[in-house]
Amino acid sequence: MREDLQHAVKLARIELSAEEEGRLGSQLGDILKYVDKLNELDVEGVEPTAHAVPLTNVLREDEPRESLSHEAAMRNAPKTSNGLFIVPKIVE
Amino acid sequence: MPHTLTISQLTDKLAQGELSSREATQSCLDRIDAVDGQLNAFLSHDPEDALAQADAADAARTGGKSKPLLGVPIAMKDVIAVNGHPLNCASKILGDFNSPYDATVTEKLREAGAVVFGRVNMDEFAMGSSTENSAFGPARNPWDSDCIPGGSSGGSAVAVAADECIASLGSDTGGSIRQPAALCGCVGLKPTYGRVSRYGLVAFASSLDQVGPLTKDVRDAATMLGVIAGEDKRDSTNVPEPVPDYIAALTGDVKGLKIGLPKEYQVDGIDPEVKSATEAAVAELEKQGAEVKEISLPHTQYAIATYYIIATAEASANLARFEGVRYGARVDGASPEKMNRATRGAGFGEEVKRRIILGTYVLSSGYYDAYYLRAQKVRTLIRQDFLNAFKEVDLIASPTTPTPAFKIGEKVDDPLQMYLSDIFTISCNLAGLCGISIPCGFSVSGLPLGLQLLGKPFGEPDLLRAAHAYEQATDWHTKRPEIG
Amino acid sequence: MTYEAVIGLETHVQLRTRTKMWCGCANEYGAEANTNVCPVCIGLPGVLPVPNAEALRKTALTGMLLNCDVPSYAKWDRKNYFYPDNPKNYQLTQLDFPSTIEGFVEFEFGEGIERVRINRAHLEEDVGKSTHFSDYSGVDFNRAGVPLLEIVTEPDLTGPDMAYDYLNALKGILEYGGVSDCDMEKGQVRCDVNISVRPVGQTELGEKIEIKNMNSFSGVRRAAAYEIERQIGVLREGGTLVQETRRWNDVVGITENMRTKEDAHDYRYFPDPDLMPHRPSEEWIAEVRTLVKELPLARKQRLMADFKLPSSDAVVFVGDAALGDYFEVAAKGAKNPKAVANWVINNLQAKFSETGSTVADIKFETSAIGELVGLVEGGKISSKIAQDVFAEMFESGKSPAPIVEEKGLSQVCDTSELQAFCNEAIAANSASVEDFRNGKEAALNFLKGQVMKVSRGKANPKIVGELLKKILGS
Repeated sequence: MREDLQHAVKLARIELSAEEEGRLGSQLGDILKYVDKLNELDVEGVEPTAHAVPLTNVLREDEPRESLSHEAAMRNAPKTSNGLFIVPKIVE
Repeated sequence: MPHTLTISQLTDKLAQGELSSREATQSCLDRIDAVDGQLNAFLSHDPEDALAQADAADAARTGGKSKPLLGVPIAMKDVIAVNGHPLNCASKILGDFNSPYDATVTEKLREAGAVVFGRVNMDEFAMGSSTENSAFGPARNPWDSDCIPGGSSGGSAVAVAADECIASLGSDTGGSIRQPAALCGCVGLKPTYGRVSRYGLVAFASSLDQVGPLTKDVRDAATMLGVIAGEDKRDSTNVPEPVPDYIAALTGDVKGLKIGLPKEYQVDGIDPEVKSATEAAVAELEKQGAEVKEISLPHTQYAIATYYIIATAEASANLARFEGVRYGARVDGASPEKMNRATRGAGFGEEVKRRIILGTYVLSSGYYDAYYLRAQKVRTLIRQDFLNAFKEVDLIASPTTPTPAFKIGEKVDDPLQMYLSDIFTISCNLAGLCGISIPCGFSVSGLPLGLQLLGKPFGEPDLLRAAHAYEQATDWHTKRPEIG
Repeated sequence: MTYEAVIGLETHVQLRTRTKMWCGCANEYGAEANTNVCPVCIGLPGVLPVPNAEALRKTALTGMLLNCDVPSYAKWDRKNYFYPDNPKNYQLTQLDFPSTIEGFVEFEFGEGIERVRINRAHLEEDVGKSTHFSDYSGVDFNRAGVPLLEIVTEPDLTGPDMAYDYLNALKGILEYGGVSDCDMEKGQVRCDVNISVRPVGQTELGEKIEIKNMNSFSGVRRAAAYEIERQIGVLREGGTLVQETRRWNDVVGITENMRTKEDAHDYRYFPDPDLMPHRPSEEWIAEVRTLVKELPLARKQRLMADFKLPSSDAVVFVGDAALGDYFEVAAKGAKNPKAVANWVINNLQAKFSETGSTVADIKFETSAIGELVGLVEGGKISSKIAQDVFAEMFESGKSPAPIVEEKGLSQVCDTSELQAFCNEAIAANSASVEDFRNGKEAALNFLKGQVMKVSRGKANPKIVGELLKKILGS
């Protein structure tokens, strides 16, 4: 796999087998080659579209809403202790 | 056989007292038992819960209640949250996740009296066009079980086409409702972006995703849309536009309606049978008084590239939450980072990995402008193409898919070829339009073909009116596959 | 070669709102772990954010207090990074179109007033809180999604003390504006410090080194002092500095490397598709502007000018805004506002701490302290009696004049009455009289005290002094 794609794999935190890495590497290379066709276009001065609808100022008032019960919040957790979600030790 | 009924047929019979919701629901459950072993449309369903809802609906009806979907069994794509039920997105990574909340569309279905039941199959995280990317095995086309049913809402289409439910909900990011509806021979409606709340729809690409119905006819699509559309304060992208009476739009009259045929859609690789079926369908609408004219959508050839950059970029962030901390099937590791890598490596299927990596890549330092920003600009051009076209026409007609359903396994090794088959459906999402696919014939080998109509933003009434008028003049939608 | 330091600060401040940034969960410190959580703030699949209008108002208000512009367009971006306390593994923030930009903070430093430019104050969301155990960590998401303001300065600070004073001034401004409680104990204010050094006279900046996650202002000062010395030391020894992120080890008193530029984050910012842009209308901005209050420094300067207060008194009133507000009303029209200030700062505050009450509990009229001062200055009562009158005022809420009247506390100025008190004291203290006559000046004061005692404090001490001298001298 290309080095720049490996960087993306690292950022995305996905473990790949050697075989997967080979296959995905070549497929992604093809796809990137394909999407390069956008370079044919002159997009100078064109505004980017981030949303399909032109809404603005969608806000909610600062009013409390019922939270989830502690049990419901934790029920899908792989590991809990003392009301906390437990993860491998974080070392900065 | 109540499971074969449409929503309108079933609600009539329920209202007349000819049938109970329990009987209808039981009939669907029996049908699932009979055919789903072959079709794999349902990932799971809870018969007891479904029947309890049916009983409650029957009691409400006895109590004088009348609601648009009272007692109607509706199947849910496994990407829409239903409180107390599994939510897997057809992925291994969610493990035994059980949703502690309802999606807004789920709430709306419940308020309308529906029996919300079953988790139907899909491409993992809605990424795919064939339902082969399900971690729980592919769903199969009821017309030919060697063929794909389309995707990503394959299970939703199969469940409707095979009469395992009365109607279903799917989601459409680049054609994921319309394409399987076309390939399975049912009706699939993708509403305008912002028309239906996305709260509780597990996001694939947030600026493109929309929930919509798959139904046995156009009237049912109108009924379903009327129920699920509308304002939701929990979705900032939801447009507070009043919900019209979609049933009232079904006048049967298309006189003067202007239908555009994009010249750029005359691409190589369209199956001749698909082409002639579409032409015949357009001719039928013309016969009924619609005006047909050629239009131009100049940036069509850039839609797929644009889509695969924007959709994967959004997905790369949307799917970052699946990392084994708060839920899902964790694979242990010595540090959070190692745990995340192992969990995501083991939990995601290959297509999902491919798209997350692509999306991460196009956003990463040094590539953002060249890929992501450029794609957003091309998106503007594509959207502009449609807005210009809609100054001249009310609707745009095309095939839904370039070919009928292909064989399972045929394209799995060539993801790019798979992406290219989304050519007619993808632009609709980029431009935030509404679209529908309706049955318009069969291939010689007996596979269904779909006609796609696209409408302007919030143009669902025109869309439904034309689709309904066409449907009235044909009987494709009444055909049912023989299974087994 | 002489080196100088260049410091910029990024300060994260939790906004005071009832609910979180994107959902209706309580923004509340100290609840049981993972009880103020919902599908949105623990990042369950399928959820969506909706912005809290009050947080946007408080952001704009902060911008105004920091002399920033409030642009007509702001948007939200996703900052992507994995961390167990980050529920979506992206943080919603404002990258290139923040809600407020380009302001400044003025604050006292040394003898003068310094100005630090503010690059921006943008809105984002807080993350959960991790607790570390011997072989695992645990995460509480109660804090996740709390609205967080990031206030970024330009690199205008020149040393650790200046950074420290800026932070205190900033805290004062935010508390004054009511935008944040700035409770350091509760982690409501956290800081990242960017430091570089360069030879004096050089215009371009040196390599920037960031010290992350400081949670006390004194820590910032210590860390900055250490880091500046360290960097200068490296350069003096002929070494080179590279861009890096460091952490402050408070126990040892040193900074340590966390990561260097090579493994810097690639945050992949992009516009959030779930959130619509904010375009504040002129009306909206005007409405927020009505909430702008006078800043602490401006108030201090005004109190000193208008009420002729010494800096030390003004600081007290700026530090306790409620007390300051009370003082301003109480001293309005008073002939001697400084005397009013003394009563408020000394006596009133003492009563508050004695009784556990606050300004809101005061029973007497706001004009009462001014009246009390008038009684003392007009010689109507002695300052000693005034203490008793004040106690009574505080107790009953009555005005000073009626208290003096009712209790007969008026100062005695009548010479014949005073003469009688003096005679009584002289008769009872012949030894002191003797001492005085023998030249011991101090004995006169003792006798004066005795007269006051005999008069139960009501005698006018000034007249008594004169009278005693007259009697004893004759």
